[in-house]
Amino acid sequence: MAVTEVRLSIHTPGLNPKDISEKIKEKFPDQVIDVAEFRDQVSVIVKKDQIVPICKYLHDDPLMSLDHLQDLTAVDYLKKKDVRFEVVYNLYSIRYRHKIRIRAQVPENDPKISSVVPIWAGANWHERECYDMFGIVFSGHPDLRRILMPEDWEGFPLRKDYPLIGPEFEKDWPGFVEVVNKAKELKEFEWEG
Amino acid sequence: MLIDTSATGLIQVEEGVKILPPNVIVTTFDKIINWGRLSSLWPTTFGLACCAIEMMAAGASHYDFDRFGIIFRGSPRQADCVIVAGTVTKKMAPVVRRVYDQIPEPRWVVAMGSCACTGGVFRTYSTVQGCDSFLPVDVFVPGCPPRPETLLEGMILLQEKIRKERARWSPWR
Amino acid sequence: MSGKDKMEQLEKIFESRELNVNMGPQHPATHGVLRLVLDMDGETIVKVTPYVGYLHRGIEKLGESLSYYQALPLTDRMDYVSAMSNNIGYCVAVEKLFDIEAPERAKFIRTIVGEMSRIANHLLWLATHALDIGAMTVFLYCFREREWILDLYEMICGARLTVTYPRVGGVRNDVPQEFLDSLWKFTDEFPSRILEYETLIDQNRIWLQRTIGIGVISAEEAVSCGMTGPTLRGSGVTYDIRKHMPYDAYDKVEFDVPIGTAGDTYDRYRCRMLEMRQSNNIIRQCIEKLPVGPVMADAPKFTLQPKDKMMPITHPTEALAYIIDEKVCKGCGMCLRACPAKAIFGEKKKPHTIKQEFCLGCGNCFVTCKFKALKLIPGGKAMSEEQLKELAAGPMPEEITKAAEYMVRHFEFVKKGPKVPEGEIYVATEVPKGELGFYFVSDGSGKPFRMRVRAPSFIHAGCLPRLCVGHLVADVIANIGTIDIVLGECDR
Repeated sequence: MAVTEVRLSIHTPGLNPKDISEKIKEKFPDQVIDVAEFRDQVSVIVKKDQIVPICKYLHDDPLMSLDHLQDLTAVDYLKKKDVRFEVVYNLYSIRYRHKIRIRAQVPENDPKISSVVPIWAGANWHERECYDMFGIVFSGHPDLRRILMPEDWEGFPLRKDYPLIGPEFEKDWPGFVEVVNKAKELKEFEWEG
Repeated sequence: MLIDTSATGLIQVEEGVKILPPNVIVTTFDKIINWGRLSSLWPTTFGLACCAIEMMAAGASHYDFDRFGIIFRGSPRQADCVIVAGTVTKKMAPVVRRVYDQIPEPRWVVAMGSCACTGGVFRTYSTVQGCDSFLPVDVFVPGCPPRPETLLEGMILLQEKIRKERARWSPWR
Repeated sequence: MSGKDKMEQLEKIFESRELNVNMGPQHPATHGVLRLVLDMDGETIVKVTPYVGYLHRGIEKLGESLSYYQALPLTDRMDYVSAMSNNIGYCVAVEKLFDIEAPERAKFIRTIVGEMSRIANHLLWLATHALDIGAMTVFLYCFREREWILDLYEMICGARLTVTYPRVGGVRNDVPQEFLDSLWKFTDEFPSRILEYETLIDQNRIWLQRTIGIGVISAEEAVSCGMTGPTLRGSGVTYDIRKHMPYDAYDKVEFDVPIGTAGDTYDRYRCRMLEMRQSNNIIRQCIEKLPVGPVMADAPKFTLQPKDKMMPITHPTEALAYIIDEKVCKGCGMCLRACPAKAIFGEKKKPHTIKQEFCLGCGNCFVTCKFKALKLIPGGKAMSEEQLKELAAGPMPEEITKAAEYMVRHFEFVKKGPKVPEGEIYVATEVPKGELGFYFVSDGSGKPFRMRVRAPSFIHAGCLPRLCVGHLVADVIANIGTIDIVLGECDR
């Protein structure tokens, strides 16, 4: 029950991100497509087939110990790249203070990738949001359904070909159209001061 | 302006209100019912987004709401009005309408904040561009978020509006 | 009916089933629009299903259509309780993307306002948490302090809640001296106020009964769930981004980070109370160490410079008149279409003219003209049309030409955004609720190609089921308070 105040020291992080990417290349040589570096942050671009073994290795290996999944999201590169979607995993190690980013390429004609919920329980809601916003299906997910939009919404809002303003009123979500029409009907009973 | 209007000793203090000293007041139904309603407007707590924090600050001790008779009630069945504070999204719209429908007559709606008035900064696929598309709004309070004093001004305007109502209490309206 | 059938009938009537209760989006204690469906066995919770998304406003998609500057006010509205921290998180991320650094004074000022927003956030958290559990006096006391902090915010930037004061490259304007004096007085008095709150609830029997042993989560499970901030530190994990990946002036001040042991609601409460004291300490150190200097980075390609640096002309700008040089004008009509006041008249291929009484002086025509036919005449608003036509034929004074160049660059910058190299970046900062991360993908233009906000409230709301199972209904309310969620950030 006691709460202690700890003076955490600021010390230099563990492994160099480049070293982590080298280790991943050693262990999974045929999965790594490319390694990109920008402003001291390293991304490893991999194929989507073996994403669960890669993540399990990064989580369980005692030298890596990347136990904190900072972020799981997707990016839509419509027409800018050959493969349309990329699922991005930002990983961090609390013990060693090093980090890495994994980008898994997901093509448009087969937007499926394995779920990493068995490794990090926090990925549950992240993956539901990716499905909701982009339409990427995570196989093995315990409960894949929409989270931010209403459950029967049509379309995937964060895709680049979805309009910002959304659908027109007639083609809008039926729940909202119903409310507006009912309000119009009930308007005759409202008080007109 | 005290005018002795009749031989019975009635003194007119205000238009429509006469006093028979020392303790008899003669007035119209409109005035007295409206005065009762506006002096104790009880809103239902409907804070959605950032404006809810300013509404809470208006209800706290610095900008006290209680001195106007405004007490926040948890249940819409016990309330008089609803202050829609914050962005209304399409997913939330049926819920707002349902809460409004549950408030017994007479009821009023105050749209607080730019998002409730017109959709605000968020012209996107999921935001309703103004809650007046499905609610009959009485007072619009603009601002992002409006200061507590602005909300107070909005409630006072609503009180003035109630004061001018005619025969809202009667069955023949 | 036979005895056996009767028994069966009775058993069916008295069969205990699970009770489904909906704690709807509109609820006085759900801190916004959170919907929970509780499956209960009597009073004990079996399963909790949170439904979020009732405040999803599409901030990420909106950020893709606005430039980096225009998207800054959107971040205020996410975690609206501590708006400065969101802005700081965004600015730190965008500065890393642009590879610029804020000056020292700006870093210290940002640390000061960041810690003030941490105090403001924890005060509101305590107010609502205590109100939900039943201690109503604490709500009014905390709001008293919060009003003091909001008054201080108003002193520096004019806004109470949605401030947008930290900017990319520094802060918007320098702090006045009376702000620092007022803030020093605040830090003198604040520890005694914290003592007041602690006296009210810390050793209170009811408070202890309702918070000790409630919502226990172990360290491994908390890390696996993605929890961060005081919610994680209550379980004993030492993870504070201010120490792990320091930004702004956090590596120049000394402070402790409170870490709990039991991982229950009481420890998280104690962590946040101690954090308030530490923030007070940090603010005092920053005020003492505040260096002098500019408050905006000197990188004109990436930041908005102060106006007097940009338009170094001595004439009042209201008296400037715009005039078209008829010899140079080709009659293309670009300025005609660009003018918002419709003050330019002319036919195709013939020189255009500007009607001075309609002209707003916005300069849109000046920026659009490719042939440099627009001229600026100082003091021109007071002159007649013929005088202006004569002056238009001659050259412009040098300071006007320089100022005009600055103006063109400023327009391009604001309209299209800065030219950012292609790449991606993820930067996390420690906001009062946890770890706020921004992931930007840039495609070389002035607008982010993908703006992703990693909100701590979203993750914590997902962990709520784990905390509530096995407890009673009233503990659900305590748990919602302890994970400190704000639905604006959760749904974005």
